[in-house]
Amino acid sequence: MSLLSTQGLTKAFGGLTAVSDVDFELPQGEIRALIGPNGAGKTTFVGLLCGRMAPSAGTVRFDGQDISRLAAHERIRLGIAYTFQITSVFARLSAHENVALAVRRRGGDAVREVPEALQRVGLRDRAGDLAGDLSYGHQRLLEIAMGLAQKPRLLILDEPTQGLADSEIDAFCALVRGLAPETTVLLIEHNMSVVMRVAQKITVLNFGAVLAEGAPEVVQADPAVQAAYLGGVEA
Amino acid sequence: MSEAGKVWALHLGLLGLLFALQFVLPAYHHGNLARVMVLASFAVGYNLMFGYTGLLSLGHAMFFAAGMYGMGLAMRHLGWTPGPALIAGVLSGVVLALVVGALALRTVGVGFMIVTLMFAQAVYLVALYFGEWTRGDEGFVIQQAERVMMGLDLSQPGPRYFVAFVLFSACMLLSLRVMQSGFGKVLIAIRENEERARMLGYNVFRHKLGAVALSGGIAAAAGAFYGLLFGYVGATFATTQYSILPLLWVLLGGAGTILGPFVGTLFAFYLIDISSGFTTAHMLVVGVVLVALALFARQGIVGELRARLWRWLP
Amino acid sequence: MDFGAHLLLASLEGAVTAAVLTLTALGLSLVFGIMRVVNVAHGEFYMLGAVIAWFVATSLGGHPALGFMAALVVAPVLVGLLAAAADVTLLKRVDYDPERTIVVTIGLLYIIQQVALMTYGPEARPVQEPFNHRIMLPLFSWQDGFYFPSGWGAPSTTSYKLFVIGSAAAVLLGVWLLMTRTKIGLVMRATQLDREMAQVFGVAVERVYALVFGLGAALAALGAVLVVPIQQAHYLMGHDPLLLSFIVVIIGGLGSLPGTVLAAVLIGMSDGIISVFFSPTLAKILATLLVALVLVFRPQGLFGTRAA
Repeated sequence: MSLLSTQGLTKAFGGLTAVSDVDFELPQGEIRALIGPNGAGKTTFVGLLCGRMAPSAGTVRFDGQDISRLAAHERIRLGIAYTFQITSVFARLSAHENVALAVRRRGGDAVREVPEALQRVGLRDRAGDLAGDLSYGHQRLLEIAMGLAQKPRLLILDEPTQGLADSEIDAFCALVRGLAPETTVLLIEHNMSVVMRVAQKITVLNFGAVLAEGAPEVVQADPAVQAAYLGGVEA
Repeated sequence: MSEAGKVWALHLGLLGLLFALQFVLPAYHHGNLARVMVLASFAVGYNLMFGYTGLLSLGHAMFFAAGMYGMGLAMRHLGWTPGPALIAGVLSGVVLALVVGALALRTVGVGFMIVTLMFAQAVYLVALYFGEWTRGDEGFVIQQAERVMMGLDLSQPGPRYFVAFVLFSACMLLSLRVMQSGFGKVLIAIRENEERARMLGYNVFRHKLGAVALSGGIAAAAGAFYGLLFGYVGATFATTQYSILPLLWVLLGGAGTILGPFVGTLFAFYLIDISSGFTTAHMLVVGVVLVALALFARQGIVGELRARLWRWLP
Repeated sequence: MDFGAHLLLASLEGAVTAAVLTLTALGLSLVFGIMRVVNVAHGEFYMLGAVIAWFVATSLGGHPALGFMAALVVAPVLVGLLAAAADVTLLKRVDYDPERTIVVTIGLLYIIQQVALMTYGPEARPVQEPFNHRIMLPLFSWQDGFYFPSGWGAPSTTSYKLFVIGSAAAVLLGVWLLMTRTKIGLVMRATQLDREMAQVFGVAVERVYALVFGLGAALAALGAVLVVPIQQAHYLMGHDPLLLSFIVVIIGGLGSLPGTVLAAVLIGMSDGIISVFFSPTLAKILATLLVALVLVFRPQGLFGTRAA
């Protein structure tokens, strides 16, 4: 059974339809990449999934429950975690406190679990630093640690590798692969090498609609996908 | 010493000093300090909302006044004794805060400031409108004979100082405990990045409403005690000026610090006290200090101390 | 007096209130609309206008009209210059950050108010109106058509009050022309729409801000000069206009000029009419609550259509 599914999910801003009638299924335990040219509606789509905005039409189901009417924080409490595309840490709190906020929300033990989560992204020795003083790459990793610390059933990562060094990207890929099958992952990513390395399946969005879906090799070879990317901003 | 140890040593040390001062201060400053401690409690309440949660209210006088009138009207018209009347005062503040908060928190930023300003203005006008009960701007006096609580004659300087000290200690320690708790950390998280806090699964609205209720309750307690200790209840305390003063005290002492409200209130009180010695226009000092703070010292006295010396200050 | 006479008088009083309020609120609205800051000291600029008018009118001898006309020019110009200076020295330094601007303007409020107390003093003083003729008003009844009642209590107004209404309308027209027909107006509107973009196109945003802040204050001062022969100049007189302007700007929709004018007329008229028939305190309570609820449930204002 699917952990997450959408039926006819649509979001229009005035005359512009950013997400159009998307049916989407994400089985439990899968690592799925969501790709598409700039402006394809990826961030809007995940925004609808976790309730940052209300859909114009359609439903979102999580674990068999219709969550379309739930507020964002209620969805997060059901076991969805979302890491922001634009780094969004608590700048004037320490790295430790940033993660502790994620741990305490689900009643976890911050003293034990925060160092663990920081360890997994390689930031354990920066626990005492103010988040705002960390380098951009480290802030991205902290963001991921906050996602992990929520122990989510579904982890939505919005362009997590942007701004990371190559070595950090390698560590990140290993980390994500290690999350399955307990954690289902939905990964929005521009870096195709990351996508090919970690994703079990790829969904391609274009003009707010699903253009293609399938195994990485199949999608990569799909002429329609190639055309969309060549016609888009980047290759 | 550990950081937690230092924190407790510092704050309990201040309370110890305040307790000891009552035996040595000359009468004039003894009276002033009692007043400052009650007003600082008001500022502690204000700081929970403005300093820690990032909600700038321009209407906190309404909570102070709600506490004062809740206490005063219960004593004057219902003949209650000080104990139950104080509770009535605090509850009035909490209820008002919940109602105002539930409405005002639907707005953000400038909208929130103006909504709180308007509600406070409405409360002030209501106090004037029911002048038959409240005696409006003129106010009413609570007779000395009624101001006796648990055997303490609150019109006497000694008991008055002691009760003010107990009130301030309770408010400051409460705010310290709250800010060390998970709830307090979430408030700070909301101040720093509301959307991120929401996307960690926190109910931002409820936390803010909790902060408003707590802040309003403490402000109301300060108002209720002020009326009782100094024996006077009047609509002056509901004017905009009494909404601006806690903002000034907190900014001056350091928003988002536990000690800031007290330091700021003490500093501002003596600044105004000294300047009114040679001019009737003592609010001029308030104006100049506000402008200077916004321009040069955004973090206030304790905030600057934290930024430069003691990173561990809560 | 019968009901019709009451209503007619109340409407005229309301129209005078509305005229002055329109000017004052328009100033606040311009500042909020273009600069996106709330000027809490706006009422003090109004008070300064009245106080300066008194100084000018008393120091110039001769016919009262001479002093008044001089004040009509001098007070708004001085207040405008002062406000522009405050903008450049203070508001610019806090980057027009909404919260810090509020703190600064609260500080300004006390500074201006207290300096007025120290120099002008606590007394309320009138300025003599430039001219003042009693004008009898016609009433209408179904039997007689229009007629002029006679005797004590016959409804009347003064030529000066009509002058206030006329002047406000003229200034309003002037501001409207300035905003829509001149290059300065175009630049202001461009800055309002998109500050960064205006900057890219070479608009000196800082100068526009100083100009707008000065103009906003000057409009308040002008309103005060017009009102000072009817009321009196006092160092605390800025409080009510500030509150009423807030109410107008919010009901009319933050930053919307037509909405502001419409709301000013509505509230000025109803304030005048209501306070003739009801307790003014009750009217104020209802008005402040209305503002709060409008901000909560309809932040675009009652007349605004733009999404907030």
